[in-house]
Amino acid sequence: MKVPRPLERRRLLAAACAVLWLRPAQATPEALADALREYTGGAPLREGRVRLDIAPLVDNGNTVPVSVSVPGVSPEQVQALALFSERNPRSDVLRVVFGPRAGERVLTTRMRLATSQQLVAVARLADGGHWAQRVDVVVTLSACLE
Amino acid sequence: MARSLITLPERVTRGQSFTVRTLLQHPMESGFRVGADGRVLPRDIVRRFRCLYDGELVVEVELFPAVAANPFFEFSVRAVDSGTLLFEWEGDQGFRHREQRALSVA
Repeated sequence: MKVPRPLERRRLLAAACAVLWLRPAQATPEALADALREYTGGAPLREGRVRLDIAPLVDNGNTVPVSVSVPGVSPEQVQALALFSERNPRSDVLRVVFGPRAGERVLTTRMRLATSQQLVAVARLADGGHWAQRVDVVVTLSACLE
Repeated sequence: MARSLITLPERVTRGQSFTVRTLLQHPMESGFRVGADGRVLPRDIVRRFRCLYDGELVVEVELFPAVAANPFFEFSVRAVDSGTLLFEWEGDQGFRHREQRALSVA
């Protein structure tokens, strides 16, 4: 049996390290906190009022139905909504601004999920208050980002 | 030319809210994927979607790469008068798409 020469082994180790190091860019919980702070302009973010509807267990991360709404608050009071992710390559998912002709404050769309993570929906109210709901989702097949 | 699908009710009542659904054919290439040649595929996403009702804003959405391919939106519009709904999408590489729909309010 042939014993691998030291140089070969060194190369193999280097290659393995390179593969680990070259993982795709990923947002972190810190990046999420920064994105939230940027969106609220430093104003406090309270839990409640806004509702984030998404399946807790997602089979396919490529297209995941998600809905953000603000039940129990009169529509004129809601100026904007935003959705953020914890571990997608970027923290931002989308931002919505409502105009004078908008009806109920609800937006449904389909998003990508790179991995199991936490999502945060934020509502901006006319009084300047920001409300959030955090939801944890488990993803079995990730969106192909690599 | 991109294709889009827009669903709205045939007739709506004044003062009521109604639901509109829009679907646009677009790859939403995230700019994070690597192609067969090992190069990162350039980002090509829709960055902005807007719905106007007789020139007044209904919703404006800013999109990021995390929105799935063929962006779909469902939102609510307040019926005021018969008129037109204008849908606009704007994106990378000069992407631009517009659609119009007549709305009859009873």
